[in-house]
Amino acid sequence: MLTTENVQFHYKGAKGFQFPDLHCAAGEILLVTGQSGCGKTTLLHLLAGILTADKGAIRIHDTDITGLSSAEKDQFRAKNIGLVYQKAHFLAALSVMDNLKLPGWLGHHSYPAKTITDLSDRLGVAHTLKKYPAQLSIGEQQRISIVRAVINQPGLLLADEPTSALDDQNCFEVYQLLREMAAQQGAALVIVTHDGRLKDKIENRVHLS
Amino acid sequence: MFLKIVWRNLWFKPLNTTLSVVLLAFSTGIISLLLLVQKQLETKFETDLKDIDLVVGAKGSPLQLVLSAVYHVDAPTGNINLLEAQKLMKGPLVKQAIPLSYGDSYQGYRILGTDTNYIHKYNAVAQNGRLFQRSLEVVLGANVAQKTGLAPGKTFKGTHGEAAEGETHDEHEYEVVGVLSSTNTILDNLIVTPLASVWEMHEHPEEHEEGTAEAHDHGHHHEGDGHDHEHEHEEEAIDSTREITAYLVKFRSPMGIMSLPRMINSGTTMQAAVPALEMNRLFHLMGLGITTLRLLAFSIMLISGFSVFIALYNRLKERKYELALLRSLGSSRFRLAALLLTEGIVLAILGLGLGLLLSRFGIWMINEQAGSDLRLTLTNHLISEELVLGAIVLGVGVLAALVPAIKAWRMNLSEALAS
Repeated sequence: MLTTENVQFHYKGAKGFQFPDLHCAAGEILLVTGQSGCGKTTLLHLLAGILTADKGAIRIHDTDITGLSSAEKDQFRAKNIGLVYQKAHFLAALSVMDNLKLPGWLGHHSYPAKTITDLSDRLGVAHTLKKYPAQLSIGEQQRISIVRAVINQPGLLLADEPTSALDDQNCFEVYQLLREMAAQQGAALVIVTHDGRLKDKIENRVHLS
Repeated sequence: MFLKIVWRNLWFKPLNTTLSVVLLAFSTGIISLLLLVQKQLETKFETDLKDIDLVVGAKGSPLQLVLSAVYHVDAPTGNINLLEAQKLMKGPLVKQAIPLSYGDSYQGYRILGTDTNYIHKYNAVAQNGRLFQRSLEVVLGANVAQKTGLAPGKTFKGTHGEAAEGETHDEHEYEVVGVLSSTNTILDNLIVTPLASVWEMHEHPEEHEEGTAEAHDHGHHHEGDGHDHEHEHEEEAIDSTREITAYLVKFRSPMGIMSLPRMINSGTTMQAAVPALEMNRLFHLMGLGITTLRLLAFSIMLISGFSVFIALYNRLKERKYELALLRSLGSSRFRLAALLLTEGIVLAILGLGLGLLLSRFGIWMINEQAGSDLRLTLTNHLISEELVLGAIVLGVGVLAALVPAIKAWRMNLSEALAS
């Protein structure tokens, strides 16, 4: 599902990053760990097509996204990649339900409202759909952001510190949900984190230094 | 979904949005009201001016003479001697001269003594009933009939002067014999009667008999021999003390306007005023005020544009992450910029719509409160200048949203997400 080769990147006027080659098949989980500043988020943004690598190849399905234009990357991301962040963000002016319709709208991929309620139900947040994002607890927000990430049934799920802001209980639950969702949809799941609580749960690990 | 996001975002900060819309609405409202009033006043004044090359009346302010004799919005400058004036009107340069005599009113509507030429001049016909033939018979302008509820067959007493509540002439009653068709001119707001009625009204009791007799005489002439209207009055005006208020003069050729005014102004106790000139002078003076108001309104619009800009720009800071999120969900840069531009445009449309409503409300208020004073009714039609105004307002909206839109377009997605 995901393979990278010799990916290099540098920010303007800063030292460059050289990333180890990654491989994550459909249904597998890959944990990328490392200290702050070692390029974890940079790597995740490269994988998501938010940043463009200087060199190397990033293949998702059979597409090397380093060769896509900015607009093509936006569309590719909408269709094939689900993103979960450390802190869940939403369009504050829209209800949770409307927020969950966004991926479909932007990815030209329509799904019935039932899909949203079913998924939310499975993640235990169906009761929040009519509320506004600001009215939700952090744990609820993170669950909703998982629903948003998987609703388009992307082949690749990327999670950036998805559990760092959560307490132990929520951390474990959110991890479980991510894993379940990925497994269910046959998606490759890449978790980038410095959260030590996840280390012993995932065998497939890459450490950035 | 796109418009839903735009709409929800606008009302997420209701105070900011309301302020922007209200400012825009006030500036467009004021400008549109000014445009409507100015344009309609000008066309109104032009149509009322129909075929009147010169106004001859008592000495005084020429503008007052024109306003009072042509537009009936001011008090007359005084009276002139009918005999003296008639001599002047016999000249070969004069094509038509209509005598006017007034001073009374009914419920604020002026009772104008004149001849039927005045009514023909504005292409009016008796829509209901007939034109007057004898003294103390009146025909009503279309508006007067509608507002006062008078109809042919009814009688009323005139009030001395222009005020709605004044001393009434109890000894005489006017009889309504007809209602004129609507002409969209000053005629709609007048009550028209033969000259003789006015004389009869203001005669002293001892002259009463004579006045009535003569009035009947006048009627007789009218019905009987079919004399040309212009000659009608010279025959009846035997009394050298007869007075009228003004003459409306139309010349045969432009030569008249060269010689007659000077002759009248220097050689007689009367004055001649050229309405076109006086009105130009008035519009010039009014124009200064309107220009000032317009400048004021445009500066309010500038401020509202700035307020829209600040509202959108401040929101942009707060929404940086939201916009980044939309990008990360697959929205193109173009769509983000379009989202912000549309917010500006929607604000502008709201402001514009509300502003136009406001100006219509203003017109309605003016019509309600001052319609009979101004003797005109303004209409609500969208005028072409307002389309230009609309384009300007939309431009303000786009301009105010442009910087935020460009910023969204150029946003560094990775940085925004990592912050």
